Amino acid sequence: MLRSLLPALSLALVVIAIAWLNPRAISYFGFTLMLNLAIPIALATIAQMFVIAGNELDLSIGTFVGFVGCVTATWLKDAPLLGVIILVGAIGVYALLGALIHLRNLPSIVVTLGMSFVWQGLAILVLPKPGGKAPDWLLSLMAFKPPYIPFPIIAALVIAAVVHFGLMRTSYGVILRGSGGNPAALRRAGWSLLRTKITLFALTGLFGVLSGMALIGITTSADANIGNGYTLLAIAGVILGGGEFVGGRVSPIGAVLGALTLALAASPLLTFMHIPPDWQVAANGAILIIVLAARVLISRRER
Amino acid sequence: MLEANTNIIRLNGAEKHFGAVRALNGVDFHVVSGECVGLVGHNGAGKSTLMHMVAGTLRPDGGEIAVRGNAETEYSVARALKLGIRCVFQELSLCPNLSIAENTRINHPALTGFGWRRKAAALIAAKLDEIFPDHGISADDVAGDLSIGRRQMVEVARAFTVTRDPLDLVILDEPTSSLDAHTAGQLLAFVRRFVASGGSCILISHVLGEVLQNADRIVVMRDGKVVAADAATAFDRDRLVATMGGAEAREKIATEFAAARPAGSPVRVRARPARQEDGKELVARAGEIIGLAGLAGHGQTDLLLAIFAAATRRKPGIEVTAPVALVAGDRQSDGIFPQWSISENIGIRSLSQLRKGLLISPQREAALAEFWKQKIGIRTPDMANNIFSLSGGNQQKALFARALGSDAEIVLMDDPMRGVDIGTKLEVYELVREEAAKGRTFLWYTTETEELDNCDHIHVFKNGRIVAHLGRDELTEEKIIQSSFGDAA
Repeated sequence: MLRSLLPALSLALVVIAIAWLNPRAISYFGFTLMLNLAIPIALATIAQMFVIAGNELDLSIGTFVGFVGCVTATWLKDAPLLGVIILVGAIGVYALLGALIHLRNLPSIVVTLGMSFVWQGLAILVLPKPGGKAPDWLLSLMAFKPPYIPFPIIAALVIAAVVHFGLMRTSYGVILRGSGGNPAALRRAGWSLLRTKITLFALTGLFGVLSGMALIGITTSADANIGNGYTLLAIAGVILGGGEFVGGRVSPIGAVLGALTLALAASPLLTFMHIPPDWQVAANGAILIIVLAARVLISRRER
Repeated sequence: MLEANTNIIRLNGAEKHFGAVRALNGVDFHVVSGECVGLVGHNGAGKSTLMHMVAGTLRPDGGEIAVRGNAETEYSVARALKLGIRCVFQELSLCPNLSIAENTRINHPALTGFGWRRKAAALIAAKLDEIFPDHGISADDVAGDLSIGRRQMVEVARAFTVTRDPLDLVILDEPTSSLDAHTAGQLLAFVRRFVASGGSCILISHVLGEVLQNADRIVVMRDGKVVAADAATAFDRDRLVATMGGAEAREKIATEFAAARPAGSPVRVRARPARQEDGKELVARAGEIIGLAGLAGHGQTDLLLAIFAAATRRKPGIEVTAPVALVAGDRQSDGIFPQWSISENIGIRSLSQLRKGLLISPQREAALAEFWKQKIGIRTPDMANNIFSLSGGNQQKALFARALGSDAEIVLMDDPMRGVDIGTKLEVYELVREEAAKGRTFLWYTTETEELDNCDHIHVFKNGRIVAHLGRDELTEEKIIQSSFGDAA
């Protein structure tokens, strides 16, 4: 019980800490600012969650987001049709990776580690030096300012609700999660594990694309290295959100909460704690270790 | 009705090989509608292989399958389900991360669209109520949180739920293994009702009483063949046991080392299984070979591992007075270091003897390996070769050399001779007896009854407990089967 509440609790803890350090941050503008990058992080985390649901891991999601960002800031603006074709093709590559990993029984860590260099290289080819510009429609979408509730919070709610419905409530979502829980049982019941793997990887590709586009909508221009930190953030977000590396136990709502926690803990909280920027990355890691350790302790006690 | 049509399924001359092992050797098997067929036999007799074929999860290497008189050439799980043939497998096949309703959905492709959750929940709840009134399971429970007994109840109930595909034949492979007497009774009563209403069942069980009371016809398998098939009324317990075990007495290696060991030699191991409730315990003295018998997975390995752990850290109920070495049963996962040479694989248990200063002396390691190469006959041109250059039997010899070359006075053997050719086996038996004569103690878990002929005492295990203790002169296969199949009182 406590365990399923842990993602929400850790988010609440971070928000309370921020409120205590700097009460003025708890406002419409404060949240809009602090959660600035939460949408792409949440989308990348959801992307990672799909592969983890199938007992795999994607080490290329960060550079993939960077590649998508470079395509978004160049072709998607200048030649929208070509840009769309490239992005859809990238999702297709993810689907093929899923098929390859299943058919050849390869470790996904190895395959996606290799792919991370491929995406990085492609990103540099597309955009050798930082620049480009986001399409206008994307800029205006990400700059949307709804009344009362900051946009990142609304976006997080929508993402969580849509993915929760798709993965946790639909009848095929059950099959997708079952493929992580007990693949042998699924095969005996007559389901194709190739199809589930392809579907999960394609969904990862889709949300990776959405993440890259959202990121460029916020930053307005791209850089080939822009997404590199997302790989580990996304994995940490899934685990922070109550997911497990094996066994098909994942939670979309938890993953989004985990991503928000990471986004807040990353720099706003540390800045308010007057931790110098040089130390923030290390402090961020320390926070991650503490939260994940708490999770392990609590789930061990409940067992 | 035509005779052919009353057969739900018929297999003619079914064969299956796994490498050199013949799991099924030309088996004829059929089930007619409205009957419950009991299938009995030892571990490894081929029952599970046969059932995997009926369920479509394994393809036969030879022979024919016909369903309702129609020959099936492309038989598969999906085809079997469509034809109304289902299987409850012995290994639990629920997804632990899903709820009971969601697990039901996995077996019913028809459960989709709006409101599928409600339909799935109603379907499984109704069937659970029908088979196990007072079951206390909610359709929203997550499978992994349920006890093993309840998971088995869910799995059985799920096999009997019907949506789009018909339901004619259900294979129940050890369906009561995790159920208590009360729920097992409920299940068997339901099976009788199901059969009375025209359905068919194949019931596999190690509890012979269950089979005798509930099956209409009993098929007995041994060594990949059907050795008897007759109406259940034609069998009684003794006839079943005799047919399963092979009545002919096995020739004993006994004579050559019949000399009883003096009872006064020091006690090396004294152990009581964790689940033992009565006073029975296992006592092993220096120079004794103790056999651990019974059906696979009834606590023999657990006790060996507990003894192994007790050698380094005290455990209640277990007393170990000398160094211990373990010869693992699952060579590939628990025994071998795949990247290492044969010498390194042998030396790992004896590092303290091989040390010179802070480092391992390659000379001493090579000397140890060479000694055992000669002694045990490991067939390789060079002990520095990778361990995988050896055949399976020789890899196992290397693992024996690892244990026997160490300072261990107690050697635990976890069914180490699985899949080893007979020549190697005889060499190892010889070696074990020789080492025992020098005062070493062996605790030997084996699933092969003839290996027990090498033992001084045999303890038969059932459900994690020692249920019988036989001296070597009392040892017969019948006795072991009697004790290991003994219905829980």
